Amino acid sequence: MIIAAVIAVTGEIAIPLLTKSVIDTAIKHGSVRQLVPLAIAAMALGAMQAGLNFYRRWVQAGAVTGMERAIRDDLYHHLQVLHAGFHDQWQSGQLLSRATTDLSTIRRFAGFGIVFLITNAWTFLVIVAVLIHLNWWLGLLTGCVFAPVSYLCLRFEKKYGVLSRRAQDQQGDLATYVEEAAGGIRVLKSLGRQREATAQHSAQSQQVYQTQIAKAGLRGAFWASLDVAPNAAIGVVLLFGALAVSWHQLTIGGLVAFVTMTLLLIWPIEATGFIIATGQEAATAAQRIYEILDTEPEITDTPAALQRPALPAASQAGAGHLVFDDVVFRYPGAPEPVLRGLNLELKPGETVALVGATGSGKSTLLQLVPRLADVTGGSITLDGVDIRDLPLAALRARVACAFEDATLFSASVRENVSYGGPEASEEAIMAALAAAQADFVADLPWGADTRIGEQGMALSGGQRQRVALARAILASPQVLLLDDPLSALDVHTEAKVTAALADVLGETTALVVAHRPSTVQLADRVALLSGGVIVAVGSHKELLATEPRYRHLMSADAELPDGGPHDNGLAEPGLASGARR
Amino acid sequence: MTTQSASAPAASTQPAPPAEAWRGIAAEDIEEVSGKLTTLLRRRSRRLLQDLLRPYKVLSTSILLLVIVANLAALAGPWLVGVGIDRIPELLKSHQAGPLTVVIVAFAASVIVQAVATRYYVWGIGRLGGKVVFELRRRLFVHFLRLPVSFHERYTSGRVISRQVSDIDSISDLFDEGLAALGSASFSLILVGTGMILLDWRLALVVMTGFGPLIWLSAWFRRESAVAYRQTRDTIAKVIVQFVETFGGIKAVQAFRRERRNEDIFGELNEAYTTATRRSMQLLAIFFPGVTLVGNLAIGAVLLYGGYLVIHHEMQLGVLVTFLLYLQRFFDPLIDLSQFYSSFQAAGAALEKISGVLDEPPQVAEPIEPAGLTEAAGGRTVRFDSVSFAYRSAVVLPDLNLTIPAGQTVAIVGATGAGKTTMARLIARLYDPVQGSVRLDGVDLRELSDRTLRREVILITQENFLFSGSIADNIALGKPDATRTEIMAAAAAIGADDFISALPKGYDDEVGKHGSRLSAGQRQLISFARAFIAAPAVLVLDEATSLLDIPSERLVQRALQTILAGRTAVIIAHRLSTVAIADRVLVVRGGRIVEDGPPSQLMAGDGEYSSLHESWQQSLA
Repeated sequence: MIIAAVIAVTGEIAIPLLTKSVIDTAIKHGSVRQLVPLAIAAMALGAMQAGLNFYRRWVQAGAVTGMERAIRDDLYHHLQVLHAGFHDQWQSGQLLSRATTDLSTIRRFAGFGIVFLITNAWTFLVIVAVLIHLNWWLGLLTGCVFAPVSYLCLRFEKKYGVLSRRAQDQQGDLATYVEEAAGGIRVLKSLGRQREATAQHSAQSQQVYQTQIAKAGLRGAFWASLDVAPNAAIGVVLLFGALAVSWHQLTIGGLVAFVTMTLLLIWPIEATGFIIATGQEAATAAQRIYEILDTEPEITDTPAALQRPALPAASQAGAGHLVFDDVVFRYPGAPEPVLRGLNLELKPGETVALVGATGSGKSTLLQLVPRLADVTGGSITLDGVDIRDLPLAALRARVACAFEDATLFSASVRENVSYGGPEASEEAIMAALAAAQADFVADLPWGADTRIGEQGMALSGGQRQRVALARAILASPQVLLLDDPLSALDVHTEAKVTAALADVLGETTALVVAHRPSTVQLADRVALLSGGVIVAVGSHKELLATEPRYRHLMSADAELPDGGPHDNGLAEPGLASGARR
Repeated sequence: MTTQSASAPAASTQPAPPAEAWRGIAAEDIEEVSGKLTTLLRRRSRRLLQDLLRPYKVLSTSILLLVIVANLAALAGPWLVGVGIDRIPELLKSHQAGPLTVVIVAFAASVIVQAVATRYYVWGIGRLGGKVVFELRRRLFVHFLRLPVSFHERYTSGRVISRQVSDIDSISDLFDEGLAALGSASFSLILVGTGMILLDWRLALVVMTGFGPLIWLSAWFRRESAVAYRQTRDTIAKVIVQFVETFGGIKAVQAFRRERRNEDIFGELNEAYTTATRRSMQLLAIFFPGVTLVGNLAIGAVLLYGGYLVIHHEMQLGVLVTFLLYLQRFFDPLIDLSQFYSSFQAAGAALEKISGVLDEPPQVAEPIEPAGLTEAAGGRTVRFDSVSFAYRSAVVLPDLNLTIPAGQTVAIVGATGAGKTTMARLIARLYDPVQGSVRLDGVDLRELSDRTLRREVILITQENFLFSGSIADNIALGKPDATRTEIMAAAAAIGADDFISALPKGYDDEVGKHGSRLSAGQRQLISFARAFIAAPAVLVLDEATSLLDIPSERLVQRALQTILAGRTAVIIAHRLSTVAIADRVLVVRGGRIVEDGPPSQLMAGDGEYSSLHESWQQSLA
């Protein structure tokens, strides 16, 4: 490809040389016979040049887009592997702008920039060589005129690099704001905050604009100085060329060729400005992409996990013994841990309800089991094995969860339910939907084929929760984690789901976060989480009777005295410190 | 599975294409562009572009002037070289360097003029491009905010993002790469063309014959690339949607080992985009060398014919040399022009999409002359006047008449799909009724300005979306000019004070992406505080307490009792504990009100509410 480009450029350079021959031989001798073959040769060269350019571009189209695709696939793959904590920290717009804007910047440079960089350097060298051949001292002189250009390029590159990094980061921030506004559109609209949102968007967009202007200013100055260089060379050539002709060191035809050749330098030199600019942008883009690709996933298979023999089948009876042993968890950057040495044991097949105040760390605890985050102290064992010593895929196959925000994707109901295992049978999917009481699915326009999620049918909160619940049920895990799975259901549906869940939970070890007595009824035992530790375990009735903190959380009695906490004097500090972080 | 086919819309007869079966079926996938539509799209996007450029007449004119100056200066170069060469024989005879020096000085001057003009037009174009893109971004953003919720439900956030990120990028590229080329290229084309005709019309005629194939080539390129670039816009939007959704729900993705399947899906979408991009690059691979070919053949022809003329003493050698130099400058701009054309086509596809959005009427449109509301101290009367509403051809509310007097707290209960949420959204004017009207103190909501309406009516839902920023920022969203004291008072009123104070930085704590650092209940409390600080006359709560645990709910309820005093409130809740504070309960079924009365009265009866209440009581045991 590059060879084709180089040959094509050489052909382009050869055309003026032919012109020289035409002037010096055919025209000088007044011979039409000599003129015709030379002109035809010029045309043939021209056609060859075009043909090679076509070949180069065609091949490049495949190579460059293939590269872009491979990097985007890699990026997507890597981002999927990166731990949830990474995604909490990174703004999604920044990730998105890397996968789109930055990648196409790189593609553009790889598509045009690199080739031009090489061919232009080649053009430059060939032309200077030919010039030296035509007249050595004039050629050398012309070459020297371009020396300052390289210094200019270096200086420009440095300054432009800083600006393009700033521009790309600002564009990422803008993309983030755009993404948030798109996601929170209902909130913005119902609070009537369009004006404020627009102001903020404009402010960020203004920053992007300012940087673009600074870039344009820099580019203008640079390109202008690049304009001067080849023209200065022509002036020099004209001046000294005339002298050379007068000294009979150069023919007039030779001078014409000389000037024409020097003119050929205009484009490569001018283009260098553009190439360096896009090259610099591409370099920054690549740097931004590598920031992600170089981030190591924190949660991976340990060497011990990789060496483990095959695991027992997921449905094996008597398995699913889940033990939290002195578990400590602290969010990165948080001064205080959320969980401070938590101990809890779930026997195989047992269902335990987890109760605690808002922000006490219940959801956090659940996320530790499928290793969406790793404990910062202590350990969690499944059937006696530290979960970090299990292959990640095997662990997540044995553990399924439904979180408080029922995450649905823009796909069919079927796809959403069989999310983890696309090989699930139709009967299994229907059974899972039935168990979750998601009978509304049959009333959707296309049944289980109806697209739901953001791009499809809008479902109510309760409907979403039931689909997410069906997803967890279908996974038929050994350990089921449910984070307040019934909060958005009405009383009737909740009762039905509870009954169906009781069947499903028979063999399964389950940890269920509960905010309501009705959800607690699913459980064999209840564990009360407060101050980062389990402070009490027992049945609903026992805890109601003995634990004031539990009563405070579970009693629906709205007439509970305002000073409830004060009445329970000693118990209350635990609650207060139970607030997350 | 057989029953629903009868109720399915006509589109259900088209099965989903197998490769995309995972996507599921939805009604609004029809996005194909017919031939007639292409013309319409082109006209629409051209109108938008003209509209965007209109305010910058002075800037555009100065850029144009600078481009002309730069080109004139650049063109003076070859002419001066020609003159210089013609002076050489003279120099050889007389050994007088004077005339040649003049030529060289003139040449130096032209170079400096060219450089200065170039510097400023490049900068000017950057400015112009920046301004236009800025304005386009602003318009698009403002318009997206004005478009109704039903539009967003159809259009989806992924595409909203794609329009504002990826499509804007390609318009920005047009200015970065294309516009400079357009100005200088078309001008030098005209100038060089004229120069050539003046120099020797016979040779010029030879060059002009090359135009035939060029026009044909451009027409072909225009047709093909319009399709190709449109394809890239469509496919990149799908890539973005998949990307945004995956990482929005990364926890579910990882917990359910969805990675492999996602990679397959993403791979397919990415492949489609790659194919589209490759196609557009291949078109360029034909188009550009095609232009080069025509140019090179023209040079050969000029050489042949011009040489012939010189040999027969019908033309001076200097003229032929100048002509050849001009010819070089004639076809280079032509390549630039093709480059612009290609960028323009790419931007054109993006403009089509953007102008489509901008042409979308904001169904919930602003009134031309907004009606005013009188001052109200004790809330406002909400009235449904024969309201009917349908969602995607399914009738949700057949004919609803309801009056909620100012200051009353009304609870709406009923099964899923009974139309409760629709009623809430109609009051907040997220939807407009199909027939009838919703009135606030007798004024149709459609006659109120958005600003007024949002000050008077606030809807809180389960969707407790937080924006990145501090907790205080998020609460202040309800009242942008709120002081810190007001913010803290609002949080304290609904009982969010405790957990906020316990955070490391308190009210200045960053909530993280989409509030990921907070629990769902905590986010909900913040969105309550957000609504309370806004102090609307009418407050609508749609399942707003369902994510709260019992103590928080208790706090909120206690707060509601004080806050709702002097306001009209509509509360939708499946948990009847919330209903307890209501003055009046409505039971809704199939979009109709089937029971209406104070809670105590309904509880005593034997209707739906009393049985609901009974099972609710049992669930508390």
